[in-house]
Order: sequence, then structure tokens, then C-alpha cells
Amino acid sequence: MSNVTLQESSELVPTYKKKSQKAEVWRRFCRNKKAVVGLIMLCVLIFAAIFAQYIAPYDPIEQNLKNRLQKPSVEHIFGTDELGRDILSRVIYGSRISVSVGLIAVGIACLLGGFLGAIAGYYGGSLDNVIMRFMDIAMAIPSILLNIAIVSALGSGLQNMMIAIGISTMPRYCRIMRSSIMSVRDQEFVEASKAAGASDFFIITQHIIPNSMAPMIVQISMSVGTAILSCASLSFIGLGIEPPTPEWGAMLSTGRDFIRNSPHITTFPGAAIMFAIYAMNLIGDGLRDALDPKLKD
Amino acid sequence: MLKYIIRRVLMLIPVMLGVSLVVFTLMYITPGNPAEILLGEEGGSKEAIELLEEEMGLNDPYIVRFGRFIWNLVSKGDLGTCYATRQPVSQRIAQTFPNTLKLAGLSVGLAVVIGVVLGIVSAVKQYSIFDNVAMALAMLGTSMPNFWQGLLLMILFSIHLQWLPASGFSSFKHMILPAVTIGTSSAAVIARMTRSSMLEVIRQDYISTARAKGQSEIVVILRHALKNALIPIITTVGIRFGVMMGGAVLTESIFAIPGIGKMMVDAIKARNYPVVQGGVLVIALAFSVVNLIVDILYAFADPRLKSQYR
Repeated sequence: MSNVTLQESSELVPTYKKKSQKAEVWRRFCRNKKAVVGLIMLCVLIFAAIFAQYIAPYDPIEQNLKNRLQKPSVEHIFGTDELGRDILSRVIYGSRISVSVGLIAVGIACLLGGFLGAIAGYYGGSLDNVIMRFMDIAMAIPSILLNIAIVSALGSGLQNMMIAIGISTMPRYCRIMRSSIMSVRDQEFVEASKAAGASDFFIITQHIIPNSMAPMIVQISMSVGTAILSCASLSFIGLGIEPPTPEWGAMLSTGRDFIRNSPHITTFPGAAIMFAIYAMNLIGDGLRDALDPKLKD
Repeated sequence: MLKYIIRRVLMLIPVMLGVSLVVFTLMYITPGNPAEILLGEEGGSKEAIELLEEEMGLNDPYIVRFGRFIWNLVSKGDLGTCYATRQPVSQRIAQTFPNTLKLAGLSVGLAVVIGVVLGIVSAVKQYSIFDNVAMALAMLGTSMPNFWQGLLLMILFSIHLQWLPASGFSSFKHMILPAVTIGTSSAAVIARMTRSSMLEVIRQDYISTARAKGQSEIVVILRHALKNALIPIITTVGIRFGVMMGGAVLTESIFAIPGIGKMMVDAIKARNYPVVQGGVLVIALAFSVVNLIVDILYAFADPRLKSQYR
């Protein structure tokens, strides 16, 4: 009798295929309508950034002084600005700056913070202490002020802005990576790997990092939105992108001077910033729910 | 408890020293010669600049200059001289900081009241229309850049409706729009946190017990549920305080409020670095003090934690 069941179950094994964790997370993410909306919004943004020159109806930089400060119309859906440039085209081109700052600044933060956090968490001791006290200091300065201080030291411009935003976002990644590593570090599979003679680098990259990815992914999706906001804020106070390059925050800043009679100049770039951040927040929320094992059905 | 507070206050010292080091270093590597900026267009002869450089100690090595900066700060409360007005920076901060503090205080109050109330009602009436609308609004609120929101409020309430003034800081009326601008996103974050924290508590057995013994619903929600859901809410408020101080930097310059944020933005544009440096230091200190207060408040919200504070 028991023989039969054993045989049956061993026959069953090959037909039972366990879904991979990635597929499971993806399935749960897709069931969340808000998250899918966020993902579609992000795709629209990336599409606009890549194909800006084909979508934008006008040149974003060429001035047309006869057409200054036009209200929204069929020809210029979002109207024109103080130099007669089409605002829709400038908003579309502006997505290039925002998307690239969002991705690169967060990339810098993630790599640098993740690396430092991994070292701090894995080795512990005084190295951990030094790194984390430094992060405490960075976190004691509100991020917009740290951004301002770094950009004014390095000089304004796209590249320096990315570095500044990356550095001021870094401490969060450092903390997340450190705490995940500390929770994984002493588990048996790490010990087994060590016993098998694996190097520290191999253990960190092959065993520990994959096991601490979930909180990092959520943090990444959230901080892309924050990075886009920081980029717009810095340009708004005149420290980021220099005119005439179309950038949402800088457009808002020049629109302020015409706010009484031409509020459309400030309305549309701001709506674009909100669109981008909203998309990232929806995705972040969706990912957090999809990755949270507590909510698993 | 007192021991814990004293230890935490002492721990502020190395953090603030570190913040000073970071800010000083950033200003040190910032291009631009202070002596040249200070002399301006009129007295820009080469000898005069060199003389002033020597006088200000700009030729000393980095570590000596940092030591002098800290020494002046600790012994005399001296943060340097503002390039534009030739006033001591500490004096300018003393003039502007109270305005920022007032504004931040009002914004925090607004954010906490709106956020907590919305969060509680959403949690109690989970999946109702109110909950859905409130949470959708909260999501929008967290996504709205506050400088844009400030401009929109200005367009609506100052230019079209003419209900509230667009700039200045002389009466309570002037504070409404900026406080709403700074507070909105925080109110949204606090509402979301309150809702999820309340939802976790509401399902606990002791809530059913409280209901079963005939406690009125208000008492159950406020005394039994909210009190236990308070810790994450307090944490969020503390974190948001820093965000609000940062938000004040942009909002003050939009509404022309003579606070520390506007002072700093103007100083950045004029390359007036001692003012930027002083401003960052003061805001970082305020933020650290708020975090300290938050940590102490934990003990009052949760007596279990109090016994651990030694």
C-alpha cells in the first residue's frame, strides 16, 4: 500500500512545476489595478523620453516671438511660453531629463549605498560604526538642503545634479542593505557556502544580495519619484538645468513671472512632474504589496 | 529616562560636528574667492583682495580653517559674516528662523490634524467610498510637488478669487496658503500611515473585548485603537518634519516669506556662502532636535518602551 503511494507521488513530482518567485510576484503585481496603471504611466513617460523628436509637434528651443504667451489652442495644445516656444513640445523633451536623472541618480545611490551597506552589514565592527555614523550625519541634513549644498559646491548642470541627488539618497539604501545583510548573514546557507570555501565577494553577491532584493526594489521605485522631484526642485531655484534646455522645474520657475496673465505656463510642467511621481508611487505601492509575504494568499 | 535623554542629547554633539564638517567641506571646495565676493565691484584691487584674504585667514590650510570655524561657532556663536549685508550670519538667522519655525509649526499642526483624522475615518470605514476617495486624494497629495501646488493655490486664491494675499508674512492670513502648501503632502503621508497602522490594531482581540464590554465606539477607536497605533504615526510625523523644513525652503521663496529658506535660496543665487552654511547647520540642528523629541515621545506613547530606556 505504502509502496503504491510512494510510487504515485514520485510520478507526480515531474508534473508539478513550482512557479518561480518572480512569476508569482509579477502575477500579484498585475492583479493590482492601481499598480498596472502606474506601470502604464511609466511606459508613456519612457516612450515620450525616447521618441521625443518624433512626438513633439514643434522644436522645443527655437523661439517664435510673434507667438509669445499664447493660451492653449488647437495649434498649441498647452499654449506657448514667454519666448513663443510650444509648451507641449518642451514638456515632452523635459521627460528626457527627468527620466534620466531619476534612473541615473537612483542607480548611483543604489550602487554606492548598497555597496557601503553590504560592507557595513557583513563585516560589522568598527567599519560598520564608521560607515553608519557617516550615514547618520548625511541623514541629519534634509535631503533638499544636502542637494543644494552639493550642487553649489560642484556647480550646476545635469551631471552634478545627478551626483548630488545620488549622494543624498544613498543613506537609505545603505541602511536597507545593511539590515537585510545582517538578517541573512548568520543563516545556515551562508555558513554552508563559507564552509565550502566561497570568498566573501561570492557570498555577498551570490547569496546575500539576491536574498535582500525585495526591500531594495520597493525603495528604488519610490526614490525614482523623489529623485525626479529633487531634480525639478533644484532647477526651480536655479541650481539644476540651465535654460534653454527644457526641464520641468526650470519651466515652472520662468512661468512664475507670468503667473497673473498666463497661468498655463506653470500649470502644465507641474502636472508633468506630478504625473511622473504619481506613476512611481503607484508602482512602489504595488511592488511593496506584491513582495510582502504577509499578504500572500 | 532622564539618563536616556541626557545620553541622546550628548549624542547630538558628534552628529552636529559631522554635519559642520560636511557643510564646511562642501563650502570649502565651492568655487569662488570669498575675499573677492566680499569686496564686490568697488574695491577689487589685487592688493586689497590679498590683504583681505590674509586677514580672513583664507590662505591657511583646510584643517586650520575648519578648526577656526568650529571654535568661533562654539565660543562665540559666530557663523561668519554675510557677504551681502555685512551682518553676522547668526544675526540674520535669528531674524529669519522664527518665521520659518512659525510656518513649520503651523504646517505640522495642520498635517497632523488632517492626516490623523482622515486616516482614522478611512480605517474605520475601510473600503467605503470615503476611504477610497480619501486614499486616492492622499496618493495625489504625496505626488504633488509643493512648489507647484503653492503656485496653483496662488493662482486660485490670490489672483482669481482674491481671498488671500500672495506674498508677505505680516498676519495670520499670510500664513494660510504657505502652510497648506507645505502641509499637504505630509498630511497625505500621515493619513496613509495612520490608516494602515489603525487597520492592524483594529483586528486585535482586545478591540473586540472593548466592544464586547459595551464601550462606546468613540472610546474604542480613540483610547483602545489609536493609542496602540500611535508609534508609527509619531515616527512618520518626525520624518516629515525634516521634509517640511526642506519644503519651507522652496515655499518661502514662492510666497516671499522672510524665513531661513528664502534667505538661503537668495544666498545661493548671490554666492553668499556663509549664509548657506549657517542655514544648513541650523536646519540640521532643528531636525535632529525634533528626532530626539520623537524618540522621547515614544516612551509616552508606549510605556513598554519606557522600561527599555536606560
